[in-house]
Amino acid sequence: MERPAWAPRSIDISVPSVSRIYDYYLGGSHNFEVDREAARRAMEFLPGLPKISQANRAFMRRAVRYALAEGVTQFLDIGSGIPAFGSVHEVAQAASPGSRVVYVDHDPVAVAHSEAVLADNAHADVVAADLRKPREILHSPQVARLIDLDRPVALLLVAVLHFVEDADDPYAAVAELGAALAPGSLLVLTHASYEGIPMPTERAEGAVDVYKEIRNPLIMRSRDEIGRFFEGYDMVEPGLVPMPRWRPDTAPEDEDPWALSGFAGVGRTA
Amino acid sequence: MTAEPDGPEDRLRRFATIWSRAVFPVTSTSLTRPELEERLLPLARRLRGALLERGFDAETGKDVGAALVDTHCTDPDALSHSLDCVDAYLVLYCGEDGPQEDLRNRASRLQHAMAAGFARALRERTLAEQETIAQAALRAQGVVAQALHSSEARFRAVFEGAAIGIGIADLDGNVLQINGALLRMFGGSEQTLRGRRVQDLTHPEDAPQTWKLYDELVRGEREHYHTEKAFSRPDGTVLWTNLTVSLLRDADGNPQYQLALMEDTTERRLLNLRLRYEATHDALTGLPNRTLFFERLEKMLGAGEGKRFGLCYLDLDGFKTINDSLGHAAGDRLLVEVADRLQSCATAPGEMVARLGGDEFVALTTGPDTRHEVDELAARIMNALVAPVSIDGRELTVRGSIGIVEGPAGERSAAEVLRSADITMYRAKSAGGNRFELADPEADARAITRHGLTTALPAALERGEFFIEYQPLVHLGDGSVRGAEALVRWLHPQHGVLGPDRFIPLAEHTGLIVPLGRWVLEQSVRQAGQWCERAGGAGPLRVNVNLSPCQLTHPGLVQDTVDILERAGVRPEALCLEVTESALIGADDDLLKPLRRLAEMGVDIALDDFGTGYSNLANLRRLPVSVLKLDRSFTQGMQQFPADPVDLKIVEGIVSLAHSLDLAVTVEGVETGAQAEQLRILGCDTAQGWYYARPGPPDRLHELALVDATG
Repeated sequence: MERPAWAPRSIDISVPSVSRIYDYYLGGSHNFEVDREAARRAMEFLPGLPKISQANRAFMRRAVRYALAEGVTQFLDIGSGIPAFGSVHEVAQAASPGSRVVYVDHDPVAVAHSEAVLADNAHADVVAADLRKPREILHSPQVARLIDLDRPVALLLVAVLHFVEDADDPYAAVAELGAALAPGSLLVLTHASYEGIPMPTERAEGAVDVYKEIRNPLIMRSRDEIGRFFEGYDMVEPGLVPMPRWRPDTAPEDEDPWALSGFAGVGRTA
Repeated sequence: MTAEPDGPEDRLRRFATIWSRAVFPVTSTSLTRPELEERLLPLARRLRGALLERGFDAETGKDVGAALVDTHCTDPDALSHSLDCVDAYLVLYCGEDGPQEDLRNRASRLQHAMAAGFARALRERTLAEQETIAQAALRAQGVVAQALHSSEARFRAVFEGAAIGIGIADLDGNVLQINGALLRMFGGSEQTLRGRRVQDLTHPEDAPQTWKLYDELVRGEREHYHTEKAFSRPDGTVLWTNLTVSLLRDADGNPQYQLALMEDTTERRLLNLRLRYEATHDALTGLPNRTLFFERLEKMLGAGEGKRFGLCYLDLDGFKTINDSLGHAAGDRLLVEVADRLQSCATAPGEMVARLGGDEFVALTTGPDTRHEVDELAARIMNALVAPVSIDGRELTVRGSIGIVEGPAGERSAAEVLRSADITMYRAKSAGGNRFELADPEADARAITRHGLTTALPAALERGEFFIEYQPLVHLGDGSVRGAEALVRWLHPQHGVLGPDRFIPLAEHTGLIVPLGRWVLEQSVRQAGQWCERAGGAGPLRVNVNLSPCQLTHPGLVQDTVDILERAGVRPEALCLEVTESALIGADDDLLKPLRRLAEMGVDIALDDFGTGYSNLANLRRLPVSVLKLDRSFTQGMQQFPADPVDLKIVEGIVSLAHSLDLAVTVEGVETGAQAEQLRILGCDTAQGWYYARPGPPDRLHELALVDATG
């Protein structure tokens, strides 16, 4: 008998989880010692990881507000992780109370936590599914209930595609998701890269190795490779740029140099 | 709120700005710094209040510390930077004109309180978040466990509810778990399998490779195998299964268990055996049938060098008569009895008896010395048939003709062997029956032509390959043509024109004589009609048609004849049916009844070949006969002059006897004028022979040669 695709054989909290590591970077305590231990080791190589994470969150927040300003009030956030402060539904529903949000993650702990956080939220829900199987996401009851795919959707792939190896064909997955979106939808995406990191690549590779060790390889991609995810989309100004440079609210001189690692961009379907 | 430049509000705002700049780099909030400043402004206002209030309350400091944590400034540096900021700028921007030392003291106490409030809030937040994530992990585990549980429950339901037997054993063969279906297959006792080892479940019928496959599987060299396997049930019966065994590996790919799925095929197998039995055995006698016999014979013939076989092909003599006269039920009982007797003749290993169909049986021997054995077998069979068979109180004498084929394997096909046996059997039959003959290639070759003709007969009738010639019958008194004998010919595509002696016996044997005879009758009667028409009122021309013994017993004879006459508009007197003397020897009333009916209607009946069959002259009175046809052997002695005086005496006697019984006499084979004259003097009425005319087409009926045909 086939077990449901999402259901892992068991929950092993002795294995670090990228979503709990991310929570730790963001100053949260939704994590266990194994997560913190892995995070600390990665930070030995890339001390700016918390700043990079923070820049991801800040970009996401601006992108959500941008989407709302464009009239897009449905959000599909894949790789949502642990809903810490400043999550999509907080940002979106604060600005536009009727906004619909569906989170997607394949980490069962993150999903369970999200369920608890969203228990009383009629307009937000979470799906236990894997980005590598877009059909399971698109055909989930939560998406059916909350998202009208005939209307524009903001598809958020923030800090998640760099966890999908080429062998799993992330481009095909993104294309399949994109194909389900109505015209005027937005693809909101950030991705890790060696470009922009304020330190030699060799040193940054140490952090990549840590992720490899915890069996969640971090795939660094070049700007060009990241740009290919937007094939078929019209790039929203200012295009694919370091995160703090995407429609900043404040003068960039406030920014930590680590925040310039990786790229962010928003594309619009024709 | 508008702030006067350098007024208290503006100074408060400047403090908040400095504070936010100090804290922002060490927060992980997604807020922008100006947004953070907006969050810090009310906190700054509260600090100013605490600083300037008449009564000092350190609680405000605690609240502000806690509020920092709520603003997600959870990094310890956020606290120290905040405290630095309060220490350096709070009194400066918010102290107004109060006593500096007192203000500084208050600011210091506020810092202590802030630190305490921050620490407590952070602790509580940390604990709360730890609690929620632990809860989430537990719930996730619960979900997984539940999924596993329901998956397990589903599996268990499948396992228990499956109609197919499922068993799990470890790699040492210890049976660990079995489902209800498997238990039922084995007879329902738990002890049958529990605690037993798979290797103990051997059965004498196990295919040789079964346990080799098993060993490969438990060694991990094979993922699964499929076989048909028998098991012994505790009650001693056999369980037949379709068995599939699969290797189960653990997560690391190491062999762990063996999984057996089995389907009970016992019933199906029995049914198959039964169907197979029914398909290979004769329902009437229970003997192996043609199919099984051919299988065995083919296997035998393919057995390879050095092997020989012997075959007896038995056909009962006169079985048809028994069937026709006593009915099929009696015939069937006779066959059953014969089958039983044959069975008892072939009891040695390698011997078998089969019924090919009808009254045809075969016995096969494959022993070491078939040349000798097959003769003995045939003798035993003949001997077994000697005792009469009692049916309905009648003692029926059973005779048979046997064709024997003996030879080495690998030279001939089964069909060839059987044909040779068939031919040989016919040879035995034509030699009088009640005997066996040994196959001989030359006789075979002759018979094969016969065989070819036999098989070609039905199509020949359909294709119109037969035609009729007529030989005139001449009145000896005035030399006029009074009629003709119809003689059927076969224009064979390969062999040319064949006379009746070549194919009538074959048609007799196959039963084709009935439709062929009817066709001849039809043609001849129609021809007689035409002759009569042409002759006007000048007396009828009669046609003589031969009736075979087979036609004589055919139930449709009278009706067919009446129909044919009526359809052709020919009076019965224009037809004479010739029946051989031998066909009427010993004829009972049943057989004579149709002839009598015909005679009563006006059809003449001629007794053909008279004088060859040792006929009971006294019997002649009983027969509905009006003409005697003297066999040619009596008149041969009169071809020369002077004629043989003995022949003269005999013929004279016969004619006198015939005339006294009111029978006309026709002589056959008249070839010379002297013969004709002699026979006329002896009182014969009608003659036919080459002296007058050879058989020919109907329109040459009156062209008489009147030339001696001899010499």
